[in-house]
Amino acid sequence: MNPNKKRLRRTMMFLNAQKPGLIKDPYIYKPDSIMLDLEDAVAENQKDAARFSLYHALQEIDYRGCERVVRINGLDTPYWKEDIRCAVAGGCDAIRIPKTERPEDIKAVEAEIQIAEEDFGIPQGRTLIMAAIESARGVVKALDVCEASDRLFGIALSGGDYTKDLQTYITGTGVELMGARQNLIIAARAAKIQCFDTVYTDLNDMEGFRRDVETIHLMGFDGKSIINPRQIPIVHDIFTPAQKNIIFAEKVVMEIEDKREKGIGVFIVDGKMIDIAFYDGAKRTIELAKASGVYKGGL
Amino acid sequence: MEIKKPAMAGTLESSDCQVTVEPGDGKIDFVLESAVINQYGNRIRKVIMETLKNLDIDNVRITVVDKGALDCTIKARVEGAVSRSTDQFENILWGGRRKS
Repeated sequence: MNPNKKRLRRTMMFLNAQKPGLIKDPYIYKPDSIMLDLEDAVAENQKDAARFSLYHALQEIDYRGCERVVRINGLDTPYWKEDIRCAVAGGCDAIRIPKTERPEDIKAVEAEIQIAEEDFGIPQGRTLIMAAIESARGVVKALDVCEASDRLFGIALSGGDYTKDLQTYITGTGVELMGARQNLIIAARAAKIQCFDTVYTDLNDMEGFRRDVETIHLMGFDGKSIINPRQIPIVHDIFTPAQKNIIFAEKVVMEIEDKREKGIGVFIVDGKMIDIAFYDGAKRTIELAKASGVYKGGL
Repeated sequence: MEIKKPAMAGTLESSDCQVTVEPGDGKIDFVLESAVINQYGNRIRKVIMETLKNLDIDNVRITVVDKGALDCTIKARVEGAVSRSTDQFENILWGGRRKS
């Protein structure tokens, strides 16, 4: 398995690949991933120029550990195959497929990536895939999409197009996204891949943004797409385990391992009943703390 | 490669540059406008000449209006303008590499 498949992805910041001022130094804001966009952000008559901008940025800019994901144009456009050639040749870490509805979409992109990796001397399997779900059909087919390729590290909800398809609109309450969010996180977890939430577009409502992030964090999402650097610290604050939770998780892991040897199945840690069912969750908290750079323990 | 018609790529936004290529008269004619021409003029010229050489172009009139572009942006805009001039938008040899 590609070791980057499970990396930390709390924030994915959208950037127009055609805008040099945006893509030259986004790492200063420390998002976990940047999403270099060839699709909606790029005007139709600039699709060609955006690719040259993307290629040379990927080749020459040191993004200092930020994952470099490229959103290609849709499979219903004449652009997507050359987008993939350009992104793979540039050495991107992953391709984001928009408007994914079927496992065949993933397989078609995977086949083009494989050809491009071969053509441009990139190690086979290096380029990962993520899929954006933007329609009711995509939500219904989510599990099939999630299981379509070993390269697929995650799926993401794209709320704008999805709510249009649902014949509603973004309300800011999240009620219109409930079913899709729940379906996608369940499908992603069933397939053991990651799941990311849609953007929050009202930059004047940071309180609403915080509530939105808290909701998707509790639902089990791995991270959120973002459109402005101001959103990054809020997401990282919510998605990074608090020290008290890390310390409790450490105790749980150590106690479970200790009690297992003694043949004890159920016991108390800090006043809470604990059994083996808590083990994986506690390990995940510690792994997330390590990936977030806040773990000080020895496990 | 032959420049077939005038073409332009890039913008006048900060950190970008606007590159125009036109058919030449047997050589490379280079015009540069930049607020940092005294500090970076030679550097920008070198990047452009190398990019044209990589594209195998030695007959062009090229005009560059620089707004503080990085090397990667200058290369992208030169290649973008040449691509438009030659109507080549697919099967581009990204980085010059091709299947052996």
